[in-house]
Amino acid sequence: MSHYYLLPNISQPGKIGCSLPTLDVSPAKLPPKELLRRELKLPEVSEVELMRYFTALSKLNYGVDTGFYPLGSCTMKYNPKWHEDIAKLAGFASIHPHQPEESVQGALQLMFELQEYLAEITGMNATSLVPIAGAHGELTGLLMVKAYHQHRGGKARKKILLTDSSHGTNPASAVMCGFEIGVVASDSEGNVDMKSLESVMNEEVAALTLTMPTTLGLFDPQIVEISQLVHERGGLLGADGANLNAFLGRVKFGELGYDYVQLNLHKTFSTPHGGGGPGSGPVCAKENLTDFLPSPLVTKNNGKYKFVSPAKSIGRIANFYGNFGVMVKAYAYIRSLGAEGLKEVSENAVLNANYLKERLKPYYYLPYDRTCMHEVVFSGKRQKVKGVHTLDIAKRLLDYGLHPPTVYFPLIVDEALMTEPNETESKQTLDAYIEAMKEIAREAEENPEILHSAPHNTPVRRLDDVRAARNPDLRWEMRS
Amino acid sequence: MPSPYLPNTDADRRAMLREIGVSSIEELFQDIPEKLRHARFKLPPPLSELELKKELHQLASRNASLDNYACFLGGGSYRHFIPSTVEHVTGRSEFYTAYTPYQAEVSQGTLQTVYEYQSLVCQLTGMEVSNAGMYDGSTAAGEAAIMACIIKKKNKVAVSTTVNPTYREVINTYVTGRNLSIETVELNSSLSSDCACLIVQQPNFFGYLEEMEAYVQKAHDIGALFIAIVDPISLGMFKPPEDYRADIAVADGQALGNPTSFGGPGLGAFACRKEYLRQMPGRIVGKTVDVEGKPGYVMTLVTREQYIRRERATSNICTSEALMALAAAVYLATLGKRGLRQVAELCYHKAHYAAEKVAKLKGYSLVFQKPFFKEFVIRCPIAPSQINQALFKEGIIGGLDISYIIDNSMLLCVTEMNTKQEIDKLVEILGAF
Amino acid sequence: MNSKDCKYTQEHEWIRPEPGNKGSIGLTDYAQSQLGDIVYLDLPAPGTQVEQFKKMGEVESVKAVSDIFSPVSGQVLEINQTVIDEPGLVNEDPYGAGWLVRLELSKPSELDALMDSDKYDKFVAELSEEESE
Repeated sequence: MSHYYLLPNISQPGKIGCSLPTLDVSPAKLPPKELLRRELKLPEVSEVELMRYFTALSKLNYGVDTGFYPLGSCTMKYNPKWHEDIAKLAGFASIHPHQPEESVQGALQLMFELQEYLAEITGMNATSLVPIAGAHGELTGLLMVKAYHQHRGGKARKKILLTDSSHGTNPASAVMCGFEIGVVASDSEGNVDMKSLESVMNEEVAALTLTMPTTLGLFDPQIVEISQLVHERGGLLGADGANLNAFLGRVKFGELGYDYVQLNLHKTFSTPHGGGGPGSGPVCAKENLTDFLPSPLVTKNNGKYKFVSPAKSIGRIANFYGNFGVMVKAYAYIRSLGAEGLKEVSENAVLNANYLKERLKPYYYLPYDRTCMHEVVFSGKRQKVKGVHTLDIAKRLLDYGLHPPTVYFPLIVDEALMTEPNETESKQTLDAYIEAMKEIAREAEENPEILHSAPHNTPVRRLDDVRAARNPDLRWEMRS
Repeated sequence: MPSPYLPNTDADRRAMLREIGVSSIEELFQDIPEKLRHARFKLPPPLSELELKKELHQLASRNASLDNYACFLGGGSYRHFIPSTVEHVTGRSEFYTAYTPYQAEVSQGTLQTVYEYQSLVCQLTGMEVSNAGMYDGSTAAGEAAIMACIIKKKNKVAVSTTVNPTYREVINTYVTGRNLSIETVELNSSLSSDCACLIVQQPNFFGYLEEMEAYVQKAHDIGALFIAIVDPISLGMFKPPEDYRADIAVADGQALGNPTSFGGPGLGAFACRKEYLRQMPGRIVGKTVDVEGKPGYVMTLVTREQYIRRERATSNICTSEALMALAAAVYLATLGKRGLRQVAELCYHKAHYAAEKVAKLKGYSLVFQKPFFKEFVIRCPIAPSQINQALFKEGIIGGLDISYIIDNSMLLCVTEMNTKQEIDKLVEILGAF
Repeated sequence: MNSKDCKYTQEHEWIRPEPGNKGSIGLTDYAQSQLGDIVYLDLPAPGTQVEQFKKMGEVESVKAVSDIFSPVSGQVLEINQTVIDEPGLVNEDPYGAGWLVRLELSKPSELDALMDSDKYDKFVAELSEEESE
């Protein structure tokens, strides 16, 4: 069975992949014919063929369990296996969201405690677990900002400020809330250019969203000053908490002056990435914003847990209560680490990133040569003069059995290689990565052609994405 | 104490510090002001895997699971049969520990399964193109509403009163967030011409089937798009949205091979007409070839997405529900043409058996006399909450109390998971009131 | 290299004037090389009024999207359907088969505000120098 086949190629009429019971009640009259579908055209495969097909496909994939995955700001840390088992318990997986609250007190307790832990970890007052992913959390935070200013009255604040190094979800989320964007420049150290901030931070600005550490992997020492400036001029300060891994157990967003922060359980808190989800993007907020959190929150009263709607809630942002199946794993993670364990996470993450920085900087241009936090941004600038681009470096790493770092982001670094090793990687793995990168730097000098044509050893080689975009083939079709 | 997730030893750390040229890890945090980098955290002390498993088992056992109770709850989350193939595929760590497939050459597993998922959603709904999935049915509906406003260059969205109330709330949050407006409409009233779209659920929140053709016509007559919110299992027997000319179809794919999971993760299926492809939010996977001419898959039309278009993107969506989409693909492949139809028919006939029996009980009646699929509303002689308490004592989770919409009424859901014995017991207990 | 009979904008569009106050418009060679392989064009429908230097459409490559600005004001007469179906023509033949839009100029004097081909050649040369720094 080759993966060149698709389900319609394996399908034969009369096959089925599982057994189903026969009807145990007398059949009812069917509805009027106009309501019924004429034909259902789905593949028909046996269980055997199905399992072989999907097993073959899985072998074409590279996951954290395969190897190193140093994607910047993604925090691809190892996913503990016992979390997977726990999340599958019937008492967690097979409970219905509309069940009476008395019948799901265990689930509500878990959510309540997770709300508390996340608020404690970030130095905030309350948490909403509802947002389904980081971008959803960003949207939530900005809707709360909007509601906050509407309630205060006064002149409408129509702008959100972002930095020039912000992730694409930041401006996209702002627009989804009806805001305009203002950009704050970064200075040559990679920090916020205070003059730039001074000039754009005015009474039209509802909030500044600032990732911390920044997407350059750097701590901006001006952060308290920044929060004071923003607050003085009536604005709020929000964090994209994607980089929380650098702060775990050490630094609280609340103490830096942030009013709210959006988290990613599928990054910092070890839940698996799933090939693109499910994630979970809780929002933690200070007192000034807690009334606006989305519905519902879990509260505890006399030992009983229940759902409530915050006084001035922005409303519902999802059908139910968030990705509970993901929350279970994050909860287990925090309970297995405790405060000391969280601190060890950030320490090892920051150590690993600085180690990579020191060992690789003789070979790759380092635009900000200073202590980094949990990630380091290199540039493929040096290799560019030989006609080798960051894309080629990334593709060549695949030949060494390694996943490349994030490429071409942040936008303010030319030919960026945003590298986050995270704490679950050993020095041995990092050394293997360093050796591969050294080899590639040498190949860029001596044999650039091998980089341009990379990868060579992967299940497929470089793919024609021009063709994919010009002539979109987005599905097969089964006619009968 | 060594940690299983921190593979570096003290010796490793010392060697690395030497290489960096600092004497302690603390030095690496010196950009952070002293008083801000030693925060104290009130968290419970750590426990081992063994101890925590025990504790979490206890916590889980404090929940009444559907493994131990017969369930007649629906209303947006459904207990359907999940064949074991699903978890044996989604449980493979090559799938679940992978990242979003930006490096296509090493992500063909994820990419090809997404292509299969997209195809299966199109086959099921009859629509021309599908994305790789969004958060859940409600947010997919919200995003569809915004997409319609962008396409039609109008600022208003019309939603039927018979759409699930929580979906309406979410659509409202999304639409008003963008400073657009929303109007709840009775389907038999006229539609104002400033509406960009009309959103109707099929079957609707109360379980019965709407006359979709008529409503599509109404929308198209005023130049608006028609958005259908569908039950994917119902499509095993009922007319798909393409047949009644819907422009966009959304659904919650939780019913396709995913457990109820206390409401999340779900899966927002999203499909539309080819002409609206470039306004469709979410990731899309396309088929192409590599430099050797081998077939392969890539994320495509990425210029729609936030990491390229940033503030001009239709949506901010990044991570979605890829593993749930994989589950849905495996589910649909496992059941196939015959299996899905069989499941739909089992739901249909069992629900009608239950409805017929309940309707015969003194003090009970079916609120709607219209064709339905697996959910229906019954009026009860007393408050449904009291009835549900009695049912629970007998190992049954009763229907959704919708007395806040229709007096003393309950929305009952019957699927292939409910046996004749369970239904008979339900009827017996209802009959005691 | 850049077509002599055209006039140019700073945003790298060209216009080739035609008799009767008409003109055809396209993207320059510099634009297409910066964009990379073009995959999609969003052009204004015939009948649309366009304004000088205002956005009239979009051009997409695989990983980027750019606005197309009109070099002059006027009304769109026709769009090049061939290039819609084969966007790669813009890369292959930007001044010929890769033309995008034909329009009728409402203010022909606006052409004076544009660069002639010598000036544009210099403009592009300076940009390329800046980039290699």
